[in-house]
Amino acid sequence: MNSIPAGRKRSVSSRMKTWFADFRSQWQMQSMMLPGVIFMIVFNFIPIYGLTLAFKSYSVTDTIAGAKWNGWQNFQTIMNDKYFWQAVWNTVGISAIKLTIEFFLPIALAIMIYEVNWLPFKKIVQTITYLPHFLSWIILGGMLINWMSSNGLINQFLGLLGIGSHANYMLDANKYWNIAAWSDVWKEVGWGTILYLATMAGIDPTYYEAAEMDGASKLRQIWSITLPGISSIISLNLILSVSGLFGSNLDQTLVLMNSQNQPRAEVINSYVYRVGLTQGDFSYATAVGLGVSVISVILLVAANMVTKKLNDNQSVL
Amino acid sequence: MELNTAQKSPFGGKRKTGTKVRETKGTRVFNVVNIVILTLFTLIIVVPLWNIVISSFASSTALSNGNFIFWPQQLSLDNYRAVFRDPGLWRAFFISVAKTGVGVITHTLFCAIVAYPLSKRRLRGRKLYSTMGIITMFFSGGMIPTYLLIKSLGMLNTFWVYIIPSLFSYYDVIILMNFFRQVPDSLEESAKIDGASDFRVFWSIILPLSKPALATIALFNGVWQWNDFMTTKLYVTNEGLYPLQMRLYDIIVQAQAASTTGLKAQVAINTTSRGVQLATIMITILPILILYPFVQRYFVSGTMLGAVKE
Repeated sequence: MNSIPAGRKRSVSSRMKTWFADFRSQWQMQSMMLPGVIFMIVFNFIPIYGLTLAFKSYSVTDTIAGAKWNGWQNFQTIMNDKYFWQAVWNTVGISAIKLTIEFFLPIALAIMIYEVNWLPFKKIVQTITYLPHFLSWIILGGMLINWMSSNGLINQFLGLLGIGSHANYMLDANKYWNIAAWSDVWKEVGWGTILYLATMAGIDPTYYEAAEMDGASKLRQIWSITLPGISSIISLNLILSVSGLFGSNLDQTLVLMNSQNQPRAEVINSYVYRVGLTQGDFSYATAVGLGVSVISVILLVAANMVTKKLNDNQSVL
Repeated sequence: MELNTAQKSPFGGKRKTGTKVRETKGTRVFNVVNIVILTLFTLIIVVPLWNIVISSFASSTALSNGNFIFWPQQLSLDNYRAVFRDPGLWRAFFISVAKTGVGVITHTLFCAIVAYPLSKRRLRGRKLYSTMGIITMFFSGGMIPTYLLIKSLGMLNTFWVYIIPSLFSYYDVIILMNFFRQVPDSLEESAKIDGASDFRVFWSIILPLSKPALATIALFNGVWQWNDFMTTKLYVTNEGLYPLQMRLYDIIVQAQAASTTGLKAQVAINTTSRGVQLATIMITILPILILYPFVQRYFVSGTMLGAVKE
């Protein structure tokens, strides 16, 4: 009986020997891999270790390892921080508008583009609707401020309808959620159609021909052929949308926020930025960031479980 | 070699084949409504953009009067003259070009170097390396720990902060790795028989055959580098290292601050600064607008490459 584990040990050590021999013989490959491994350790894993700051009290003179542990104290402070909760409220409000529209609109737009048979028109629509995706938030922010200004595009347009005013909408805190959400929709909706269009291109055209023969209307064809064909992408996007509820756009907020709209514009990311880098409270800001990421992961897993149930136990992730 | 996903591009590809069924009245109505809605949709994107383009050429009186959507009462190049006279703009433009150029080349090469060994199934330790890579895709230390790292590496206020932290992306490595796998083994083997090293095979066979994939990675990274403003905002306070995006941000924020104070004296400053803002916006998007029509195909097929893996 004793001989079996001994034999296994021998084979393990000899297997390790061949492993190392292989490793050495691949030294060229391994040396190409090395920079990547070093990069990941330095730029990804060390910051992940830095998350321990959330459970410490850190001052600028400390090192991350040397700072004193303070348990859950930072998280207790979060509970009573009304500015944090305001930022959470704004984040969820803006995300809810944004994610709902950005979930439904690309599906509709993709179906409409797919149904166009006039090829040059199709290409023009695609080229133009993808374009805003490539503009940075700084550029779009600058444009928005111009459009929203007292004599900007929006007021000119409303003037044509006879309801123009001389309000500068960027200074109106009550309009901020919609401005932030709809400007994101404007930027991303076209780009959001790409995956759908690619999937639709894979649907067997004979389905449509057969449906047409049987006298199915266009809408009926969309409902019974196109939508089922893209259902896996729809559920994938649904999961990503739900888990993005606490996600906020720092670039957008930094460029659009001003002293007038700040109470409605401050989101979680910009709060972390302000508390951490402007006020220097590194541990507290790390705790806020960590807490929100954990909630996002929980949402992602929960959404995946729900769609899995709806999708005959097939995970789309 | 072409991108294997290029044929799946959503451009083109009419699905109607063979038998043409007689168009019913319902179908005709559907097509007309469809095209009308899509046209409106396209206008919602184009008209505001055109408004910005033409506003940047409006004279300061025309700007302060407003009162136009498509064409101002008076055109002028004053905004551009004011912007071009500013040496800070030229410097920012240079920094943007430099960070994009250096960043794209180093990022693409670095990712390709790492992707090549990972594309070989016989690589020892491959499982560990790819697990590490996948962890980097889903977990990060976030803003503050990363800031402290950059600070302790002494990269605050250096040009290298634009280049080194963005050298590597496991997402791009996966795309390249999948592409490298399509290179026929026989090509590599015959080179090996002729005495070529792995380095040599990578440099002389793999890289030249992978131009479409490398171009896709380079384009996406290029747009990101050109548009990136967060790196500057977080790690750079020295104005001499500001790229265009950060400069534009400063102009916008100053103008916003002026408009929130609401003082009469500020209104005049506001109008001039609005012209400067518009001209700077135009200069900042110009490279993207010029390149966009030519490279759009790569962007679309690149998205597919990433999506196939997911």
